[in-house]
Amino acid sequence: MWPAVLALIVKELLAILKDPRSRIVLIGPPLLQLVVFGYGATFDLNHVPVAVYDEDPSAASRDLIARFLGSPAFEVVARLHDAADVDRLIDSREATLVIDVDRRFTRDLLGHRPARVQLIVDGRNSNTALLVLGYSNQIVTDFSRDWLAAHGGGAAPAVLDLRANYNPPLNSQWFIVPGIVALLTQVVTLLVVGLSVAREREAGTFDQLLVTPMGPLEILLGKGLPGVLIGLLEATVIILAAVLWFRVPLRGPLLPLYLGLFLFVAAVTGIGLMISSLAVTQQQALLGAFLFMVPSITLSGFATPIANMPRFIQAATQVNPMRHFLVIVRGVFLEGSTTAELLPQYWPLALVAAGSMLVAGWLFRRRTA
Amino acid sequence: MSAAGVRLTALLRKEALQIMRDPSALAIAFALPAFLLFIFGYGVTLDAKEVPLGVVVERPSADTAAFEGKLRQSPYFETTEYRDFAAAERALEAHEINGIVWLREDFSRRMRSSRGATIGAILNGVDANSARIVEGYLQQAWAAWLADAARPGGPGAALPVAVAPRIRFNPEVRSRDYLIPGLIALVMTLTGALLTALVIAREWERGTQEALMVTRATLREILLAKLLPYFVLGLGGMAASVILAVTLFRVPFHGSAWALLVTSSLFLLAALGMGLLISTAARNQFVAGQIAIIATFLPAFILSGFVFDIGSMPAPIRAVTHVVAARYFVTILQTLFLAGDLWSVLLPNALALALMAALFLGVARLRARKRLD
Repeated sequence: MWPAVLALIVKELLAILKDPRSRIVLIGPPLLQLVVFGYGATFDLNHVPVAVYDEDPSAASRDLIARFLGSPAFEVVARLHDAADVDRLIDSREATLVIDVDRRFTRDLLGHRPARVQLIVDGRNSNTALLVLGYSNQIVTDFSRDWLAAHGGGAAPAVLDLRANYNPPLNSQWFIVPGIVALLTQVVTLLVVGLSVAREREAGTFDQLLVTPMGPLEILLGKGLPGVLIGLLEATVIILAAVLWFRVPLRGPLLPLYLGLFLFVAAVTGIGLMISSLAVTQQQALLGAFLFMVPSITLSGFATPIANMPRFIQAATQVNPMRHFLVIVRGVFLEGSTTAELLPQYWPLALVAAGSMLVAGWLFRRRTA
Repeated sequence: MSAAGVRLTALLRKEALQIMRDPSALAIAFALPAFLLFIFGYGVTLDAKEVPLGVVVERPSADTAAFEGKLRQSPYFETTEYRDFAAAERALEAHEINGIVWLREDFSRRMRSSRGATIGAILNGVDANSARIVEGYLQQAWAAWLADAARPGGPGAALPVAVAPRIRFNPEVRSRDYLIPGLIALVMTLTGALLTALVIAREWERGTQEALMVTRATLREILLAKLLPYFVLGLGGMAASVILAVTLFRVPFHGSAWALLVTSSLFLLAALGMGLLISTAARNQFVAGQIAIIATFLPAFILSGFVFDIGSMPAPIRAVTHVVAARYFVTILQTLFLAGDLWSVLLPNALALALMAALFLGVARLRARKRLD
């Protein structure tokens, strides 16, 4: 059995790698996406446009505003002198944040009354709005504490000492780039496996395969294993780029990562084979791959946390291989997770892999019989 | 009717019949947007609610109870108590909780000392964005507690500066309200490009493009006949998406219907023009489909400002976003839904869309030739 399967694997790899179009699909878009995703997909705040409406120009207000100027997250784009301009700047998106220092700011500070600073934020992007408020609160709190210390007003009864494990600078690239390993591995593996049978059907060479002495199982293996190989290779390239180019810390050993990767690629291959055995034309296969890919990426926790989704969607994500692999890849990269800790992720992946292969085998036999 | 009119009507009839007889076009126009919007609408949210939080209280007192009360009152936290820090740390490592708030043994005593107490807060920082948002919620709870502690007879002094946030357009900061208008732009980019990307490539593959060429129909008529039916389909899909957003997901719509109609028409022309361009260039359904997904869906997902803020991207990537049509439409839709007809936003973005539509359609017209080579 094995020599025949091996021959088929070699033929599949040759068919994929010798066609310039397929070669480009394997190399060009993934690298382009790695760069664009890696740099473009950021949740960090950089140069957010800020307008300052200082109704009480004084040493105290200048000190407060200087702290905003000093933060790389903010960039002061305008100084306002009229209350009517506040909303206009927000509405036209020239400023995301307007800092409105109250008329009695210094007087209240010295008189031990709460000195007011109003922060007007554009809520059209609610995530940015929340982050802007968080950053600003931090700056204003620091100002308050320094002012108290300088003016002997007594310390606050307790301060909050915030720390983040695994990612102390809270750099969102460390979260996104390991996610790209999962994303691109899935896209490439699915396209390779999902279109392989349909391409032979369209070209008419599938019938030739059927009249060889190989059984359906051997054909299935010959179609699936090249996908696994290419997926593993693609993932390795992206992991290298994540470590060497994006400098994401890889804290765990490689064994739990590659065990997870193998199970993940096997599961995606199984699903690709299912699509492949159902589709008659390449267009159908493409549509099928796409219909699987979009929900599986959206509901994987790649960009938005699964814990925020409604319960029934959370339950449905259990069958999504990418969801489990994301936990593995981020766990190994940032938390240094071990094989034992990742066991709850391995077995659902193995189940999906085994289940999809069985269904694909059954569909395949029915279609070829 | 003039001869040109007759030819155009005949071609339009042919395209309409083709759409009606092949359910896949109707599926792409109506079923796909509804399906995608449904999945995204439920699946994509950045609001953290009921974040599991461990609270370590080493020596319970009235002061620790007051602080814990603030955490418990917050709708954002689901607190679990731990007796010692080590147990909480194990739970954090096992992903049972997302963060620990640590009130040490000497909390009450140090609160009344001149140096003040320190409340330790340790978060799992793997998901940096969520961690930041949780930090913000923790600070809110702390500020609320501080305000209570500073009341007359309380143990502490208030912070001298009071921050009053005012969030325009989305006061409840519901992430769904900003994500869903962006999703509509994303979904329409995809359907718009998929609809037209395959149509001319299909004629080439089936050999019917040659048949079309030998008719007396001019190239402009052929392209127009391809464009119009899909334009109408696209508007239908757009209407379905907006209705779904307003009724099912309860996103407020503050703009006017006609502003929506005009801007969506401009966007659809740009998206369909892009599809036509791909279609005339590719001549092959497989390649056309690939390009349509890679050149439209992914940029619209990452570079449109739909989830990731464009202002925070590095300058070279920010420059690239200017050629993504979805970028302008996302801005328009977020403004129309959440703010209303703000012309200072709508006009420049609509103008950019009109330019892109003219460019794509013009290039598609130039590239398409009545030749076989």
